[in-house]
Amino acid sequence: MGSLRRIGAMIERYVYLLKGSWPRIIELAYWPTMQIVLWGFLSEYLVHHSSYLAQASGVLLAAALLWDVMFRGQLGVSVVFFEELYSRNLGHLFASPLRAYELAGALFTISLLRTLVGSGMAALFAYWFYHFPIWEMGVVLAALFMNLIVMGWSIGLVVAGLVLRYGLGAENLAWAAIFAIAPLSGIYYPISVLPRALQVVAHGLPAAYVFSAMRALMFHHVVLYGSLWKAAAINVVYLGLGLAVFLRTFRDARVHGRLLNLGE
Amino acid sequence: MTDPAISVTDLSKRYGTVTAVASLSFDLASGRVLGLLGGNGAGKTTTLSMLMGLLLPTTGSIRVLGEDLLRHRYRVLPWINFSSPYVDLPHRLTVYQNLRVYAGLYGVRNSRARIQELARDLDLTDLLDRPYGRLSAGQKTRASLAKALINHPRLLLLDEPTASLDPDTADRLRTYLRNYQKASGAGVVLASHNMLEVERLCHEVIMLRHGRIFDRGAPADLIGKYGRETLEEVFLDMARGRSQL
Repeated sequence: MGSLRRIGAMIERYVYLLKGSWPRIIELAYWPTMQIVLWGFLSEYLVHHSSYLAQASGVLLAAALLWDVMFRGQLGVSVVFFEELYSRNLGHLFASPLRAYELAGALFTISLLRTLVGSGMAALFAYWFYHFPIWEMGVVLAALFMNLIVMGWSIGLVVAGLVLRYGLGAENLAWAAIFAIAPLSGIYYPISVLPRALQVVAHGLPAAYVFSAMRALMFHHVVLYGSLWKAAAINVVYLGLGLAVFLRTFRDARVHGRLLNLGE
Repeated sequence: MTDPAISVTDLSKRYGTVTAVASLSFDLASGRVLGLLGGNGAGKTTTLSMLMGLLLPTTGSIRVLGEDLLRHRYRVLPWINFSSPYVDLPHRLTVYQNLRVYAGLYGVRNSRARIQELARDLDLTDLLDRPYGRLSAGQKTRASLAKALINHPRLLLLDEPTASLDPDTADRLRTYLRNYQKASGAGVVLASHNMLEVERLCHEVIMLRHGRIFDRGAPADLIGKYGRETLEEVFLDMARGRSQL
C-alpha cells in the first residue's frame, strides 16, 4: 500500500512536470506526426517517379548527409547552449565580460567543428559502405554545406532564445524545430510534390534551394548558382533574425532575473 | 579624490506588483567591506544580481569606479567578479579547466601562474584535475571563490562566501579574504547570514527588510545603538520587528 502511494506520488510529480510545460505536451504527438508526414510525401513522390532512384543512386545518401549538416549545425548551437543551463553556469558567464553575441560566435564555431567531425565521419562511412564519394561534388559541396549549417545556426539561436524565455522545459524544441521544416525542405523529393500552400512556405526556406541544387547537380550535372545565391540571401536574413531573437530574449532574461535561476 | 568602488543611487527592482528592492542608495569606498544583512527574501541576492549586471533594475543607477554599469556594462565587468552558492561552474570540466576558461573570459595574463597561486592560497592544488561536479560542497565553494578572484577584481561581490564550509576552513577563508581586500584595495560587498562573519569582515552593514534599508552603520555602532551584545541579536530584533527605537 505504501509502495503504491509512493508510486502514485511520483506519477503526480511527472504529471505536474508535463502540465507545467507546453513543449512537453506538444512533443507527445509531434514525433509520430512528423515521421508520417515526411515519409508520406516521399512515398507519394516515388509512386509517380519510379526512375528517381535509378537515375542517381547516391541522391538519397547525399540528401541524408546534407540534411545531417543542418541538423548537427542546429544542435551544435542549441544543445551546447543548454549545457550552460544544465550546469547552472549562465550567471557566471554573463557576469563576465562575455557578450551575448560573442557566445553566439563561440557556439557557431563549436557547431562548425562538431558538424565537420560528425558529417565528415558519416561521409566516410557512405564511401566505405556504399561507394558514394560525396566530395566529388567539389566546390559546390562547400556552398551546400555552408548554406545548410547557417540555416541550422539560425534555428539553433531561436531555440536557445526560447529556452532562455521558457526554461529547460522547452529544450525538446531543439529536436522538434528542425524536424518541423524537414517535410518542407524538399530533402528527398522536389517541393513540387507538396500542396501549393506549403510550396509557398518552402520557397522561404534556404534548405529547399539547397536540396534542389543538389538534385540538379546529381541528376543533370548542372550547378544552380541562382538557387545557391537565393539560399545565401535568405540565410543572411534568417541569421539576423535568429541573432535578434537570441539577444532580445537575453535582455528579457536580465529584466526578469532568469539568468541566475533558469532551470527545469 | 578617487571614485568609490561602487556608488548606488535610488536602486529599485519590481516584478509586476511585487517590489523586491526599493530605493537603495549607498557608496562603498575602495578598500572597504560592506555587508548586506537580511532574512530570506529581504532583497540581498536581488541587489547583488543588479550590482553584477545580471539583473536590470527598474529604476536607479550603479556606478563602479566612476563608470555607469548600466550604460557601460562591458567596460565595467572586467573589474568585477562574484561568488555565489546559487551559481555553479560546469560540472564536467575540471577545476583547472574551469579556471582557465574564466581566466580567458576576463583576459587574465599568465593564467597558469594565477591559477597555481589561487590554488595554493585556497588549498585547491590537489583538486585542480578533479571535475568540478565531483567536489564536495565546501570544495566547490573554494573553487568558486578562486574563479571570483581570477581577475584580481577591484569590486568583489560575495553571496554567502563561507556557506557549507566547516568552521576551520571558513575561518581561514575569512582571513584570506581580509588579507586580499587589504592588499588589493578592492571594495567588497558581502551578503551573509553569518553574523560573526559580518562582524569580523565588514566596515559597514546595511540591514535590509522587505527590500528596503532598515538601518545601516558600522557593526559595533549598530550593536551599541540597539543595546545588544552581538550583531545576531540586532538582526533577530529586526527580523522579529522588536527594534523600534
